[in-house]
Amino acid sequence: MSSSNVSILVVSGTTERLQMAAMVASVAAVSGSQVQVLLSMNALQFFLKSNAAHPWPEGDFGRTMAGKNVPPFKQLLQQAAELGDAAIHPCSMAIDVLGARPEELEPFLAPPLGLTKFLADSAGGQLLTF
Amino acid sequence: MERQVIDARGTFCPGPLMELIAAVKLAAIGDEIEVLSTDAGSAADIPEWIRKVGHQVVSTTSESGVWHVVVRKAESRTRP
Repeated sequence: MSSSNVSILVVSGTTERLQMAAMVASVAAVSGSQVQVLLSMNALQFFLKSNAAHPWPEGDFGRTMAGKNVPPFKQLLQQAAELGDAAIHPCSMAIDVLGARPEELEPFLAPPLGLTKFLADSAGGQLLTF
Repeated sequence: MERQVIDARGTFCPGPLMELIAAVKLAAIGDEIEVLSTDAGSAADIPEWIRKVGHQVVSTTSESGVWHVVVRKAESRTRP
């Protein structure tokens, strides 16, 4: 990967980190960067179609943001995929731990991805973790 | 040439930019899109994105707390 490629590892289930990850992914993707996102750990549960729960705020900003007209993080990630060709992958390990099947996840997600391939594809580019 | 207005007032960053990009993708070369935004960050970010991807900023004005950014679609160097 080149420096114009952005890889984003999302492991948090908090409002602030999911929002920031989605903002970076969407803006980078529509600005010409090749973007890949790996959703794992506490983040992946919010991409199950059956899960209507919201992420939890980790601080005052997250609580304040909830009352504002901020674009939802899932909408931003979907726009990253549809407008900027970003690849939003569920982590294959996290899927196994949750006992979920890929078809139970949001339809804009790309196929599951393992950590080895994600790291290989990230080489030489920017790797951000939320 | 057509002109489209996107009313993104009250939406925070990067909402206005993403709404603009969705409209740019559907527009024809030469079409103009005017974005209305109350988010000052977006008023700065939208011209930056336009320069990066190769479209044209026709004008940027502020009136009663509302930013009006007019963009003309050109042959873009990058997506969309």
